[in-house]
Amino acid sequence: MNAESAEIMNTAAPLEVERIRADFPVLSEQVNGKPLAYLDNAATAQKPLSVIETLDDYYRHYNSNIHRGVHTLSERATAAYEGAREKVREFINAASVKEIVFTRGATEAINLVAQSYARSNLRAGDEIIISEMEHHSNIVPWQLLCEQIGTVLKVAPINDKGEIIQEEYEKLLGPKTRLVALVHISNALGTINPVKHMVKLARDAGAVTLVDGAQAVPHAPVDVRDIGCDFYTFSGHKLFGPTGTGVLYGREELLEAMPPYQGGGDMIKMVTFEKTVYNDLPYKFEAGTPHIAGVIGLGAAIDYVDNIGLANIQAYEKDLLDYATAAASSVDGLRLIGTAQDKAGVLSFVLEGIHPHDLGTILDHEGIAIRTGHHCAMPVMEHFGIPATARASFAFYNTREETDRLVRGLENAKKVFA
Amino acid sequence: MLELKDLYQEVIVDHNRSPRNFGKLEDADYTLEGFNPLCGDRLTLYIKMDNDRIVDISFDGTGCAISVASASLMTEAMKGKGVKEAEEIFNSFHDLLTVDNPDPDLENLGKLAALAGVRDYPTRVKCATLCWHTLHSALEGTDTPVSTE
Repeated sequence: MNAESAEIMNTAAPLEVERIRADFPVLSEQVNGKPLAYLDNAATAQKPLSVIETLDDYYRHYNSNIHRGVHTLSERATAAYEGAREKVREFINAASVKEIVFTRGATEAINLVAQSYARSNLRAGDEIIISEMEHHSNIVPWQLLCEQIGTVLKVAPINDKGEIIQEEYEKLLGPKTRLVALVHISNALGTINPVKHMVKLARDAGAVTLVDGAQAVPHAPVDVRDIGCDFYTFSGHKLFGPTGTGVLYGREELLEAMPPYQGGGDMIKMVTFEKTVYNDLPYKFEAGTPHIAGVIGLGAAIDYVDNIGLANIQAYEKDLLDYATAAASSVDGLRLIGTAQDKAGVLSFVLEGIHPHDLGTILDHEGIAIRTGHHCAMPVMEHFGIPATARASFAFYNTREETDRLVRGLENAKKVFA
Repeated sequence: MLELKDLYQEVIVDHNRSPRNFGKLEDADYTLEGFNPLCGDRLTLYIKMDNDRIVDISFDGTGCAISVASASLMTEAMKGKGVKEAEEIFNSFHDLLTVDNPDPDLENLGKLAALAGVRDYPTRVKCATLCWHTLHSALEGTDTPVSTE
């Protein structure tokens, strides 16, 4: 733990988890006759009633298109949609709402940067650095770009704890480095990368930086100006908001100079067959009718999380992770995958003699939902020489009792195969 | 309610722990890889033919208990079978797992019937059928790896 997170721990308020759980209708579901223990939050998080009701309210009372209508409903919808943009700005401490672009998800946000910024600013031979622990969404868009314009992808390796080897990263930085794209928190390993430091090194080398924060924003306070990155991306659905929503933060100066990603309605000021004038930021990057209800719902999710407080969430989840790690480590034959010094609420592991897929089925019988597979991070699996892991990933509504059930479930699985 | 022991029957647990016909067949006539990108399961089938008869068959690779047991049981069932007979067993097995209200020829299936429980787990059917699709393609003379997706 670094000094900064130590300080957060000392000032954090305890969470009233039982009260919080009551806000999430799905958490009272029964699965196979057992109470649901939802431990797959890194895949997608559950939605509080306030988010569900926000969607319902929009569709029941003011469903209409935004930005162009003069009628009352359209004004209401526009105000709510733009209100959500301001909530996002404040949430990640961006300088201006012009820097907040709504997308379908983190994946689309990264593709936008690859196809708009990088495709028009990078040239053949320029180097893009990513890390070995990236999600496929922060690998494939850059590979596509490399095929298109001849840029070169460089990969900073990880060590056996699942941390980026900083000396190797520094060695990759050089005069040809034009862009560095790094995951803030790894979905497969839980590793929290020192992105502020790594971004500074990249910028000192003259590179533009992107940080993929899909796993970070639901679990820790994020300040994009403090990190100092040029782009920051995340998904709404992992932040307790609706699927089909995401955010691209980009520094205004860069977004301003970038060509549009998609053409269509809403992203223009004026269209003739001879010439089209693009709209101002951020609308230039929001062609077509967006997921209006979803974005307003994302705003409600941010309100919900803010109300609990991310510093409190971070402290609670750190405690839960430590507890779960200790409990899991007591299981004979269990090997943790991802044991970084600085780690978020992800417990990835393999159990000797039992394939993760079988574990997933056996735990599901107990009502315990975990993820099994490669977690869209096949290079990470390759590094550890395994085809797949079982992964429990936590949110602030998870409890020690649920992690106890997980561990009991693992012991049961061993009996099935004994 | 579904019972775990219906899925992980003794035969399956046993064949997972000690798979039969496991390992490379050096003089195989057909070698084909099957891959399930969903879970990373990867197996290779080796088949030795004498005219239209499977005289030897083996597999290697990694996978979950269902896919390993299925491959192990399949190789046991297929050894010595003619291509036509093999196709019939393939069809019976496929129906057993995928057709509503199947009417399987249990005699024909033999020990393979132990895998019937998989039909109640739609996400796991692919684990059980991967090796079968690979066999099917191999006998048809395909040489591109088989993928479940």
